[in-house]
Amino acid sequence: MSDDHNRLSVFKTYKLYVGGKFPRSESGRVYEVTDSRDKWLANAPLSSRKDARDAVVAARKAFGGWSGATAYLRGQILYRVAEMMEGRRGQFVREVADAEGLSKSKAVEVVEAAVDRWVWYAGWTDKVSQVLGGANPVSGPFFNLSTPEPTGVVAVVAPQESSLLGLVSVLAPVIATGNTAVVVASEKAPLPALSLAEVLATSDVPGGVVNILSGRTAEIATPLAAHQDVNALDLTGAGPELARDLEVAAADNLKRVVRPQGADGVDWSADPGTGRLTAFLETKTVWHPTGSLGVSGSAY
Amino acid sequence: MASAFEYAPAPESRSVVDIAPSYGLFIDGEFTDAADGKVFKTVSPSSEEVLSEVAQAGAEDVDRAVRAARKAFAKWSALPGSERAKYLFRIARIIQERSRELAVLETLDNGKPIKETRDHDLPLVAGHFFYYAGWADKLGHAGFGPDPKPLGVAGQVIPWNFPLLMLAWKIAPALAAGNTVVLKPAETTPLSALFFADVCRQAGLPRGVVNILPGYGDAGAALVEHPDVDKVAFTGSTAVGKAIARQVAGTRKKLTLELGGKGANIVFDDAPIDQAVEGIITGIFFNQGQVCCAGSRLLVQESVQDEFLDALKRRLSTLRLGDPLDKNTDIGAINSAEQLARIKALAETGEAEGAERWSPACELPSTGYWFAPTLFTGVTQAHTVARDEIFGPVLSVLTFRTPAEAVAKANNSQYGLSAGIWSEKGSRILAVADKLRAGVVWANTFNKLDPTSPFGGYKESGFGREGGRHGLEAYLDV
Repeated sequence: MSDDHNRLSVFKTYKLYVGGKFPRSESGRVYEVTDSRDKWLANAPLSSRKDARDAVVAARKAFGGWSGATAYLRGQILYRVAEMMEGRRGQFVREVADAEGLSKSKAVEVVEAAVDRWVWYAGWTDKVSQVLGGANPVSGPFFNLSTPEPTGVVAVVAPQESSLLGLVSVLAPVIATGNTAVVVASEKAPLPALSLAEVLATSDVPGGVVNILSGRTAEIATPLAAHQDVNALDLTGAGPELARDLEVAAADNLKRVVRPQGADGVDWSADPGTGRLTAFLETKTVWHPTGSLGVSGSAY
Repeated sequence: MASAFEYAPAPESRSVVDIAPSYGLFIDGEFTDAADGKVFKTVSPSSEEVLSEVAQAGAEDVDRAVRAARKAFAKWSALPGSERAKYLFRIARIIQERSRELAVLETLDNGKPIKETRDHDLPLVAGHFFYYAGWADKLGHAGFGPDPKPLGVAGQVIPWNFPLLMLAWKIAPALAAGNTVVLKPAETTPLSALFFADVCRQAGLPRGVVNILPGYGDAGAALVEHPDVDKVAFTGSTAVGKAIARQVAGTRKKLTLELGGKGANIVFDDAPIDQAVEGIITGIFFNQGQVCCAGSRLLVQESVQDEFLDALKRRLSTLRLGDPLDKNTDIGAINSAEQLARIKALAETGEAEGAERWSPACELPSTGYWFAPTLFTGVTQAHTVARDEIFGPVLSVLTFRTPAEAVAKANNSQYGLSAGIWSEKGSRILAVADKLRAGVVWANTFNKLDPTSPFGGYKESGFGREGGRHGLEAYLDV
């Protein structure tokens, strides 16, 4: 929004990202997004319950293809996200600086860390099965193999403070393992998330794999937590009271729940480890008899 | 159809087990009365004979047990893993030594056939302790970081269908990881857990590391709610599991749930019929079908439906129902009058909704809780008997034409615990196994369990795994 050269700049209309498309909220509502000094930045869509439900439908539709894609392909696509983000560093630096009130140099660090986070998770897609799964030496003539599989549709309440690095840190591990996501962006700083959607849309991430909603966290997260076709819930960006209410609602179909990690205690620049990567995985164990070729000592 | 074979009775002797007329709660290494002095009777489901009178834990007892476990936690968690391992190895060995006694006890209190407690439950119980014993000093190699920590006090609530095995699944990994436990066995099957308390005493396990609180749902709820419990593990119904998930919402308590199922056992037209029939029988009539991973839905390919059902009915007619202590018995008693009533009601619903009910000629004993093995054919996906967990010897038969239809029907369930595939075609087995949303898939076998093999559900069958390396995660701060 700089108007350095007496030129009137072109504003961007920020939109939701649902099913690979960029709709406005079906409710027609928007809310004012300001920077850390309360200066107007944009009108962001104020998502409704209906937007949340539409996003779940899109995420469910995308789940079969995404979870069934080869781990190699998912890795390539996540790496592509990093490439696309790298190319738009300037934009993200500006948006993150505005959103979080960071100095330019600090914002550069944050954006670079966010790009690198995609690279970290891109490399995980085809390793997680080997690290977490394996053959089990059962006491009997059976082949027995445990494999991690994605949980399904994950509703992600993105961190409120860290609008881009925090968001990428919770989103990338969800989709790296083959889940699809409905993300509730930071309520007061949703613009980096909505711009990330433009990166995802141009990175071969299939439509519906990631869906991003802006608006009031409680208004969007509540129907997601209660939704019977959502399999898991990441409460990272929910305050204690809301988190408790959402976890209660999530019990209705036994969603897997990741609780918030305590008040403002998360250093998103730290080594992410594997905790988030393993949070939305199920273990499937397949048995099959091995049979027997004959008594030991026979000649083959 | 008359029974194809007559067998002389071959009862296992009861003299190997000495059941006391009364038992207390096991808290801090001592048997003690309930604070309010309440007791309840436990009966043998096959005869309705009262086996013993057991102290009934209440909220005050829960608090006492949790405090004992908390006190014991400091020392127990600080022990070198190799020392904890040796305690668990001792427990495994003592269980092996006392396995016949415990098998007979379990059969008396639960009603399941002696051949199951003797050949399945007890070997698996000992195996589970032996397996996790070995982990206690190797936790840093389990893939949860170099030095994973225990959680603290684990509150564990277990069901009546595999009383001692479920205890082993809960206690062995908890102790190996360095936690202490308060365990509530089911109200209809408290005895083997109390005998296990004696095993702990024989093993010299430090006081307070294992506390056993026989009681009802109120004691379980008090345990789950206790503020000083760090970890809640529950095996039982999905309804109670959801209530527990709501209870622990907003707390720091770690939760694992192993809940209900409506397992689909899929028979393709190229399956070896006789083996598949045996597998279907094992899948639904093992433990009278009171198994969360039971294969309670048979999905048979239409082209072999008639042939397969004929073979299945023929085999069903040879199952022997009766005295659980008889070594020839295939089908024992239903665990309680309450469970029997539930099974009967669901079976009646099946008939009322238009499914066709069939049972072999089968004489039921005049005392105790019994239900004849039952098939429902003409079942659609909308029928209650195709959707609800019956937890009894009742098999619902559905059909399919294509593998895709089989997968769609198998996955059309709130549950996702187990599934079976019967086919001789390897690529088809792998493709179908890949698409099934279930935690355990048995291909050309069914109902196999092993200490090294992770077990647990997708969807509303719960979360977390028990068994194997995966089973440690539930009891570590990771």
